Amino acid sequence: MGRYLARRLAQAIVVLWAAYTVSFLILDALPGDPVTAMASAGLDGGQVDPAELAAIRAEYGYDDPLVVRYLTNLGNAVTGDLGNSVATNRPVAETLGAALPPTLQLTAVALLLAVALGSAVALLATYTRRRWLRQLLLSLPGLGVAVPTFWVGLMLVQLLSFQLRLFPAFGNEGAATLVLPALTLAIPTGALVAQVLAKSLLTALDEPYVQTARAKGAGRVRIHLAHALRNASLPALTVVGLLAGQLLASAVVVETVFSRDGIGRVTASAVGAQDLPMVQGVVVLGALVFVLVNLLVDLVYPLLDRRIVVAGRRRSLA
Amino acid sequence: MSAPLPDGAPLLKIRDLTVSYATRSGPVPAVRGVDLDVFPGEVVALVGESGSGKSTTAHAVVGLLPAGGRIDGGSIHFSGRDLTGASEKELQLVRGARIGLVPQDPTVSLNPTRRIGAQVAEVLRVHGLAGRREAAERAVALLGRAGLSEPAVRARQFPHELSGGMRQRALIAVAIAAGPQLLVADEPTSALDVTVQRRILDHLDTLTRELGTAVLLVTHDLGVAADRAQRIAVMSGGRIVETGPTEQVLTDPRDPYTQRLLASAPSLAAARRAASPVAVRKGDVPAREPLVVAEGLSKDFPLPRGGSGPRVLHAVRNVSFTVERGRTTALVGESGSGKSTTARMVLALTEPTAGRVTFDGTDVTGVRGAALRAFRRRAQLVYQNPYASLDPRFSIEEVVTEPLRAFRVGDRASRATRARELLGRVSLPASVLQRRPAELSGGQRQRVAIARALALAPELVVCDEPVSALDVSVQAQVLELLAELQADTGVSYLFISHDLAVVRQVAHAVVVLRDGEVVESGSTDAIFDAPTHEYTRELLAAIPGTAARIPAPGGTR
Repeated sequence: MGRYLARRLAQAIVVLWAAYTVSFLILDALPGDPVTAMASAGLDGGQVDPAELAAIRAEYGYDDPLVVRYLTNLGNAVTGDLGNSVATNRPVAETLGAALPPTLQLTAVALLLAVALGSAVALLATYTRRRWLRQLLLSLPGLGVAVPTFWVGLMLVQLLSFQLRLFPAFGNEGAATLVLPALTLAIPTGALVAQVLAKSLLTALDEPYVQTARAKGAGRVRIHLAHALRNASLPALTVVGLLAGQLLASAVVVETVFSRDGIGRVTASAVGAQDLPMVQGVVVLGALVFVLVNLLVDLVYPLLDRRIVVAGRRRSLA
Repeated sequence: MSAPLPDGAPLLKIRDLTVSYATRSGPVPAVRGVDLDVFPGEVVALVGESGSGKSTTAHAVVGLLPAGGRIDGGSIHFSGRDLTGASEKELQLVRGARIGLVPQDPTVSLNPTRRIGAQVAEVLRVHGLAGRREAAERAVALLGRAGLSEPAVRARQFPHELSGGMRQRALIAVAIAAGPQLLVADEPTSALDVTVQRRILDHLDTLTRELGTAVLLVTHDLGVAADRAQRIAVMSGGRIVETGPTEQVLTDPRDPYTQRLLASAPSLAAARRAASPVAVRKGDVPAREPLVVAEGLSKDFPLPRGGSGPRVLHAVRNVSFTVERGRTTALVGESGSGKSTTARMVLALTEPTAGRVTFDGTDVTGVRGAALRAFRRRAQLVYQNPYASLDPRFSIEEVVTEPLRAFRVGDRASRATRARELLGRVSLPASVLQRRPAELSGGQRQRVAIARALALAPELVVCDEPVSALDVSVQAQVLELLAELQADTGVSYLFISHDLAVVRQVAHAVVVLRDGEVVESGSTDAIFDAPTHEYTRELLAAIPGTAARIPAPGGTR
């Protein structure tokens, strides 16, 4: 187990480094110049003195060769210093740190909702013996995936907030404001979970060990929950790991639609202001979350299926 | 639950049972009017080939037909009650508690995510026969009863930590847990090695006799039926064509199908054909040097690191044998004996850790490049599973001519001619050429695989369990075909099998492997008539059908 964990951690570090490096190179190659953006920010479209620009460039180190800038920034990033925002001049890490809690709250609630909704739909669809109900339930996920997030958000606001006045449409204050954005995020995510889980439940229910369980006299509920679900949950868990990263991306749209503070808003405004250090910080943060969630998923696998640790060891040898 | 059975009444009484499967082109009948009785404490074997409806009949009894299966008519009276009209809830009370099922393939029939003990205890819990703690204790006792050593340890293990035989014992523990009156055993050992098979069937015999449980034993193997059952019912095409006491069915079969089945059953045929195995055409003793000489072959595989540093598995250790020209050498052993690894080394598919292989006088160990390709052309392989070894997207013509295309032999027209000729040689009509593998039966597919192996007119064909996936009557035909081809073309076979009965029919020389080492080798007659090693004797004794026939002199003890 220790060896397995060490190997996974090493992989995680490589992923983080790659995310940092690739985003650094891409942002550097973009035509936009953070210094121009920074200088023109206070000028309302007026002309900037080239000498002044050069001075700012020198101050921030933008005139150093690419390799030097890369190594310096990477060194700083390792110690947690992601540089300063060119828009606000505050440390990127600090801004992200402040924006993280509301986004984490939102995505965590959305993820829980998605897993609960997705599992419920998948279990009901495979459990029911009414053919029309099964068909209906199995077609829901496709619909949920197909519908755009912002449209779902707007519809939910229209219905639950403006018409029924159940939940507030905008803002950050209190748990009630969390409901609509979390639901909006949860629908496409839950739909994917339902799709994968339903498929693997149907596969699991066809396995010979389910036949054995039925031959024991076990009832349908028991067969679904004690036998099929556990075996079917592995592929669904993999998807949840991947979707957790996806949720961060969707949060950009949802936080904008619902006017919530968080990483999404920070990202949107950083991109708008060509705030490259901030964008880079968001990319690294996204990679970090993705890596952590998938590490967690990998650690949960062996608890669900004992064969997996063995397989992991075997792979480490090859 | 139901009134006690009157004396002399059958425990299970099936009358005029009709089952069909829904397919896209309408319902297809699988069982057509089956009558069958099983009396309390009796072992009845339901024998037939794949598609005969034997498994469908057995599954109908426990109400567990596969998706699309439907009972169209007839009755299944169990303990006086008709199960065909029972609701799912009522069936749940019968399953596990009063009828136990021993499934076909133990390697996939246990839930991989749950401990063995919990899976046995579940039967008791489901039927409310024990509380949580008591069920766990009784599960351990049941595992011991089913013949597992250290049952308390096994109960805490997961299925993948147990061998196939151990898993089947765990499944037997599940089946007997609630003390049912009837066990339905669906090919309970066909996925296991012969010696394991024998031990498990012996144990099942003892157990059911002690418990007074009746058994409906479904099997494709007449030998198994002959050894275990008091009565045999033979199924073909969804009907029972013959039923009667075991003695009578074996010695005086009335139905032509039963007669054919008996004639082709390799295990029962072995004794009868001992004097003249199909392939052993006497005369023309090869004067030239052997085609293949394997000397001191060894193969090690690294194992996951243990506490004491790197470990290796000695899959094959110091194995030597020869394959004479135009003759057949058989490698015999159970799973894990190293027979397939040895064959792969002979074909230069795996590099040996030590030893060498000489083919027609040249050393082919570790050859590469052009020499390897030249060797490939002269040595071909027929795989075990004809369902998996043919590309489903190729037409049969493409399958058969692929080796010719790979070696750029001939042009389009000459390859097509060759394909037709090869199919004729394996007794398939030319109309098959344009079909896909999925449209052919298992036996036909294996013929196609043999035709493909012969396409380049190789000198050596390695047959890796070529008939073990086939029905017995088809097995016999394919073995005949291999022998004929050898007589016509002078090809040599390296024949790999776990089935001694099959080996006896085709091989000139036999090499018995166990745990990667040769325990005994010699001519087929010597091995079968006067085995010197204990393990060979055990293998011979484990051939199903042994109990029913007169022991060969000096053979089984």
